[in-house]
Amino acid sequence: MIGQSPIRIGIAHIVLILGIVVVAFPIYYTFVASTHSLQTILRPPLPLVPGDRFFENYWTALFGGVGRIGGVSVGTLLLNTTVMALGIAVGKIVISILSAYAIVFFRFPLRMMFFWLIFITLMLPVEVRILPTYKVMVDFGLIDTYAGLTLPLMASATATLLFRQFFLTIPGELVEAARVDGAGPWRFFKDILLPLSKTNIAALFVILFIYGWTQYLWPLLVTNRNDMGTIVIALKKMISFADADTEWHLVMVTSILAIVPPILVVLFMQRWFVKGLVETEK
Amino acid sequence: MGRRQEDIGSGGSSLSPRVIFPNKILPYLLVAPQLAITAVFFYWPASQALYQSMLREDPFGLNSKFVWFDNFARVLADPNYLNSVRVTAVFSLATAFVAMAVALLLAVMADKVVRGRGIYRTLMIWPYAVAPAIAGMLWLFLFNPSIGSLAYMLRWLGINWDPLLNGPQAMVLVVAAAAWKQISYNFLFFVAGLQAIPRTLIEAAAIDGAGETKRFWTIVFPLLAPTTFFLLVINTTYAFFDTFGIIHAVTGGGPGKATETLVYKVYNDGFVNLILGDSAAQSVILMVIVIALTAFQFRFVERKVHYG
Repeated sequence: MIGQSPIRIGIAHIVLILGIVVVAFPIYYTFVASTHSLQTILRPPLPLVPGDRFFENYWTALFGGVGRIGGVSVGTLLLNTTVMALGIAVGKIVISILSAYAIVFFRFPLRMMFFWLIFITLMLPVEVRILPTYKVMVDFGLIDTYAGLTLPLMASATATLLFRQFFLTIPGELVEAARVDGAGPWRFFKDILLPLSKTNIAALFVILFIYGWTQYLWPLLVTNRNDMGTIVIALKKMISFADADTEWHLVMVTSILAIVPPILVVLFMQRWFVKGLVETEK
Repeated sequence: MGRRQEDIGSGGSSLSPRVIFPNKILPYLLVAPQLAITAVFFYWPASQALYQSMLREDPFGLNSKFVWFDNFARVLADPNYLNSVRVTAVFSLATAFVAMAVALLLAVMADKVVRGRGIYRTLMIWPYAVAPAIAGMLWLFLFNPSIGSLAYMLRWLGINWDPLLNGPQAMVLVVAAAAWKQISYNFLFFVAGLQAIPRTLIEAAAIDGAGETKRFWTIVFPLLAPTTFFLLVINTTYAFFDTFGIIHAVTGGGPGKATETLVYKVYNDGFVNLILGDSAAQSVILMVIVIALTAFQFRFVERKVHYG
């Protein structure tokens, strides 16, 4: 290690703290705004410290219903978004672990063709096939349903590739031993493969939960009813600069409520998150 | 990660366990869910996009005729589309540059400090969990001309700030929001990249009398190139496709068409203006871009990046 002068270390700390201020300030300030009354927010500059309306604002938003989005409460939106994020995360993991299991541990005609069919979907993000996918949703009657919000986003080449890659590192002897002991495919999957994949599943879960929670284009397309919307979409609907009646204090509360759950997931599962991020990136 | 490239190429036969389960039907049942979803929600719509991109419909959707590549020709000659290509290029490059430059600076600093490194990392990573659209709305809240506190400060400083009317200012705002959200991601990768650089190289340079700045530009930065290159591709892809929410929530492509990116235009032409043929042709062009980016990434990036 090269000797670093205390001054340089000091500068490094200052730059890092400035960086964190830039990174954290927009979120902190939104939190501050969420604790002030509408009148205070409408007269900038806003104070830098929280106000006294915390309980009032959060209570109104969570249980009272917000006018601009048809009186739907933020609680309903949070429920929808949680269902969507969990549905996508769990669905993707289940579907991909099964298909990866089939592709690695079985030999059957068309195996590699299936693998390629899954792999190529990496190149077809929702953004490039917006209209026809929407049409499919209408034809199946999936508009304004949880299935519509989650199903189309469940197929993931990335997760399948990750599981496949991990399964390929499992020594053949282990499979052989399991078979000698009389374990069938299901038994092997449940008692050996799943426990070995725990870390990978946790890592993927964090990434996919955030992916589901932060979706924008898809819920925008497949939900019309306000009470089926996600919190991110509702937030967009709540803001209007043209009208004077935007309830900014409730907008701020909703923003904070939309940000906190995925941040908690990242912070509490940080170890898996960092691992997952570095490994799953396609 | 580095190996994925080869296993795909070789079909995985060399690495896969030799012992396999002899079962005729089970494997098909196992891949069925994923294939069903893939077929219904990926391949069918993608093929429809291809087909529609060669159709011309009348405005009422009553008649359509097959026009081969007319839609593509019209889209590519449309000044609005070319404007959108330019907007996307400016937006993506600016976002990638800002997000990477800030992240690199912070990562280099974090690499120096010993005390508090874990805390810095924790505090740095959370914007990753913020939805791009919300990132946009947070920045809009700070910088909108009527109630934004920072906009208030800008005006106080004598700057005529109004991103709702001024195109370049709107661009600055969406770039700031998009880059802000991406800093944490780049930070994690740069920190990993810096840790993988052998200390001995840097020490040798120090003994030869190279100052800190010189060491950075002649040794650290070149050795970091694979990470930088990888992040450049990832950030460009992010700016292209994942920032729809920021544009939609903050500017709606405006003012004028100053922030109308390619993805936003596909949405706008298809859903708002209902010009189906043109929207589909734009989708297909985007598909070609994604395929090129993905191929590029697998060909040149995967192999060279090592995370240590």
